[in-house]
Amino acid sequence: MARLNVNGRVREFEAEPDTPLLWVLREQLGLTGTKYGCGVAQCGSCTVHVDGAPVRSCVLPLSAVQPNQKIVTIEGLSPTSSHALQKAWVQLDVPQCGYCQSGMLMAAAALLKDKPRPTDADIDAAITNICRCGTYNRVRAAIKVAAGDTKASSLDIVHVTPRSA
Amino acid sequence: MDTTAFGDLNVSRRQFIGTAGAAGAFVFGFPTQAQAPGSAPEITAWVVVQPDERVIIRIARSEMGQGTLTGLAQLVNEELDADWKNVTTEYPTPGQNLARKRVWGNFSTGGSRGIRDSHEYVRKGGAAARLMLVQAAAGEWKVPASECTAANGVITHAASNRRTTYGKVAAAAAKLTPPENPPLKDPKDWKLSGKRIARLDTVDKVNGKQVYGADLTLPGMLNAAIKDCPVFGGKVKSFDAAKVRGMPGVKHVLPVGDRAVAVVADTWWRAKKALDALPIEWDFGAHAGVQQAQVDAMLKEGLDAAQAVVGNSNGNAREALAGAARKVEAVYAYPHQNHATMEPMNATARWTPERCEVWTPTQNGEAALAATAEAAGLKPEQCEVYKIHLGGGFGRRGAVHDWVRQAVAIARQVPGTPVKLLWTREEDMAHGLYHPITQCKLSAGLDAQGKVQALHMRISGQSILAGIFPQNVRDGRDPVVFQGLNAGGGEAMFGYSVPHLLIDHAMRNPHVPPGFWRGVNLNQNTLYVECFLDEIAHATGQDPLALRRELMKNHPKHLAVLEAAAQRAGWGKPAPDVGGQKVFRGLAQCHGFGSYVAACAEVSVSAAGELKIHRIVAATDCGHAVNPQQIEAQVEGSFVYGLTAMLYGECTVKDGRIEQLNFDTYPMMRLKEMPKVETIVMPSGGFWGGVGEPTIAVAAPAVLNAVFAATGKRIRELPLKNQLTRRA
Repeated sequence: MARLNVNGRVREFEAEPDTPLLWVLREQLGLTGTKYGCGVAQCGSCTVHVDGAPVRSCVLPLSAVQPNQKIVTIEGLSPTSSHALQKAWVQLDVPQCGYCQSGMLMAAAALLKDKPRPTDADIDAAITNICRCGTYNRVRAAIKVAAGDTKASSLDIVHVTPRSA
Repeated sequence: MDTTAFGDLNVSRRQFIGTAGAAGAFVFGFPTQAQAPGSAPEITAWVVVQPDERVIIRIARSEMGQGTLTGLAQLVNEELDADWKNVTTEYPTPGQNLARKRVWGNFSTGGSRGIRDSHEYVRKGGAAARLMLVQAAAGEWKVPASECTAANGVITHAASNRRTTYGKVAAAAAKLTPPENPPLKDPKDWKLSGKRIARLDTVDKVNGKQVYGADLTLPGMLNAAIKDCPVFGGKVKSFDAAKVRGMPGVKHVLPVGDRAVAVVADTWWRAKKALDALPIEWDFGAHAGVQQAQVDAMLKEGLDAAQAVVGNSNGNAREALAGAARKVEAVYAYPHQNHATMEPMNATARWTPERCEVWTPTQNGEAALAATAEAAGLKPEQCEVYKIHLGGGFGRRGAVHDWVRQAVAIARQVPGTPVKLLWTREEDMAHGLYHPITQCKLSAGLDAQGKVQALHMRISGQSILAGIFPQNVRDGRDPVVFQGLNAGGGEAMFGYSVPHLLIDHAMRNPHVPPGFWRGVNLNQNTLYVECFLDEIAHATGQDPLALRRELMKNHPKHLAVLEAAAQRAGWGKPAPDVGGQKVFRGLAQCHGFGSYVAACAEVSVSAAGELKIHRIVAATDCGHAVNPQQIEAQVEGSFVYGLTAMLYGECTVKDGRIEQLNFDTYPMMRLKEMPKVETIVMPSGGFWGGVGEPTIAVAAPAVLNAVFAATGKRIRELPLKNQLTRRA
């Protein structure tokens, strides 16, 4: 019987030691908010926190995680979807298909914990997740909004409605 | 409100065609939206009103991120006029659509057609429901319906100062016969449509609750991993199941047709691990020796081939070219690419000799149902497909349901047990339906003043229809090949007038299967035309915008979006330096999927060859704009899709198979590379255009023209990663 601390709860389950944390979360623990995208740590859809650090769980074998390490998944980011990032995400209508967004949010949450007022360069460096729908600019904007920077000029989205329309 | 139509209502009891028994009591297998049978009256096929005032709007098209779910609900509710706060949505199932003689019309969600193809009948569904709800209230009050008004889910009879709600009269309204042709609002009177309404499907996407096909769990479900022959057209020779049967969780090792093998286990990870360990012998078949150079050579030959199908012509281009004072020529190439949806292909199937059910993310539930029935060996009436939210579609999940057939083929071998098939990323990359590969030779004939007198555009390469719907190819003609190059029509018109024009296609089909890839043929056709025009402008010393204005006199809507983008970007004035680097601009425009779009890109290229895309201004005229916020999201996303293609997108063939099997070798644009995007939404009215795709086509040419302005280097082959020395 293996044991992990996930979203503040100790969970016990059966899994081979080489099972990636991603699949333990999804299959043994039923936490499907964390997604499979590539299996080779490229896309970041599987990002979770291990002791506060963003980790690509698709390449992290169970054997490399200690039972006392604190794992947080998208389901545990906040009990009521009220993390500043989740609110900003809703405010700016960030997700499109949404599949990559759990990973985006977990990467962003780790960034804000580390740097509460991230610069563009900080965001560039921390958000390396792949989104095929193309939400990047809204992701950047929402991180800034969550960080308290709501100046329109700092956002990368500009919408223009011509007078004639 | 137009009240005259109320008199047309037939108050006789409705006949329900549905198979579900009690009126309006559908049994939706999944996703389940709490709906107690009998408690939710269906007013029209599109509108269910619950006693608690919750309104369920039925959406036939699939939501895959493009926002159609919200836009269509807006259109229905614009006419229905329920309280938007009470509106939720649900998918009717393809099986119900079949049983009810396609009451919800076409389920296909592609070609940016979700709204533009269905706006009229879904609005009628909402308008009819409102008339029926008002009629029901009027009937209860015994007053003429024409004296009643309805707004925000409340019906009022002012004369007697009575009010009721949609929920209270829903049961009575459901018994009325819907009027056939309810009047629709003039778009200029819209209150909800045309507004920047937030999406209806966001909250569950920020907390992990949104269920995608890959996340589905059913009681007793097993999981399958699959390996298809890596060479297209190859087969399984043999596999040694005994080697993996003892591995943890493994339940079955199964052939899937004659070209694939699946391992079924209690969890997917265990299935995949066993599959990786499974010895499989392949018969790679006839294409095992095909290399990319052969594919390229096959297309190159078509550039000058005598036989070609004409797509658009006027005057006599060949003669005019022969006699031209000056000629400009160039050859461009556009590679195969994979859709690479973030969620790999997947489907869950449960088969018994009497019935087959499939749960899957699909862009076309009806096509998925047809594939299910065929693979199940059952009639469509014995099958059902439950559409699950898509983790990206981009055309991969629409026309061909290869993964559904596989899932059913597996489920048939374990009757009664639901099996979820999930592809690995590698399987997804190796077995795509790829963006067609083409090359294009462009020849322009100029007069002594440098004016374009003749243009010949020879496209050589792959036909999507020949691969997917060969019955639609007649005499070698695939009309889709000429997307964006058509002489007329409202779909995808060439925006330039040239005295002598010839656009033709020499079909050359390599063995790599093609598919509809977001933007389809507009992508490369726009690249060819817009970059070549830039070449002509440079060759003749003309401003690229001035040259286009000259050629676009007969195409004012094409020109209007181009002018709008150019003007906002500051075309004609130098762009300010960024970080000590000079910034250069490039333009592109096209008409596709019924909309006019244009872009002006600003880039810098360092001495070391590092490209930085700073800003793109994009303009869209989609006729009617149902939700500008979602249009803007589609425009922004289109640049990510289009620029990823431009920078990195390339699937190449080695030994008959695709070489790029994951994001390490098939890179994606990331957030740090994303330019600022400024979106101009400028609906001119009078037509309905799509927005999910057209902007993709202008992304690459606008940037490549700017790259030329910056470097003098003309990029004629994609992706750019093979051209510039480095990127920023």
